Amino acid sequence: MIHNIDSFYRGLMQLVIESDPTAVRSGLAQLLASDMIQTMQDGARGTAEIVLAEVLNNIVEHAYAGDNGAILIGLAHHPDGVHVTVRDQGRPFPREKLPQGHLPEIDQFANLPEGGFGWYLIRTLVRDLTYLRTDGFNHLSFCLPYEDSL
Amino acid sequence: MNLTANLHTDLLVVTCHENRIDSASAIQFKERMRDITETPSARVMLDLSNVAFLDSSGLGAVVAVMKLLGPDRKLELAGLTPTVAKVFRLTRMDTVFTIHATLPDNLRKAG
Repeated sequence: MIHNIDSFYRGLMQLVIESDPTAVRSGLAQLLASDMIQTMQDGARGTAEIVLAEVLNNIVEHAYAGDNGAILIGLAHHPDGVHVTVRDQGRPFPREKLPQGHLPEIDQFANLPEGGFGWYLIRTLVRDLTYLRTDGFNHLSFCLPYEDSL
Repeated sequence: MNLTANLHTDLLVVTCHENRIDSASAIQFKERMRDITETPSARVMLDLSNVAFLDSSGLGAVVAVMKLLGPDRKLELAGLTPTVAKVFRLTRMDTVFTIHATLPDNLRKAG
């Protein structure tokens, strides 16, 4: 459920959602409808949706892992892309480090992976990825380029 | 999860009528695919032309369905929209599936 949407002006947006897959879906729709993401090229907008979905799903599945909790998302316009900050009060990443996000081995004759793609996609598609654990919060930030390069 | 299937000789064409396969719907997608593919056929073609978005949970579900069908029954994909195609390409899953740009002409239904 969406608690609060503050659209201060065209270059800034804040959104708070509950930690569950349905709230992620409706939150994504809100974020994608923002002026900043709407002005992106089609491909870059698709990239933004992939990244935001993976980041938010990861928090639901691993940080809160089924518990209730809030996810705070901020978008801010920067000259070369949309700067995104995501905060939650779920568990920290192991050793307080982001996963390496290596692409799982794809061998069609072996047992194909059904997961483990999320951090690979995030790391491939964003710039300036940072993570910090302070005061019981996970702070993730990254930049979504306005132009599609992949 | 709205999926429908049509059998064309040895090919079962399954059309997904949802616009996303994401973490909120991946499990239903997988279960519905399991039910719908109980109809015997040599090949299964999944028409994704209505699906604008698929996340890694959705991708995992498509892979799970392929494994469910077993080694002797192929899962082919058709009609990938740009963002869905990007997820398959970036994860190199486009090398695992036979992917058709569109459904074969003779299988397309009017409307």
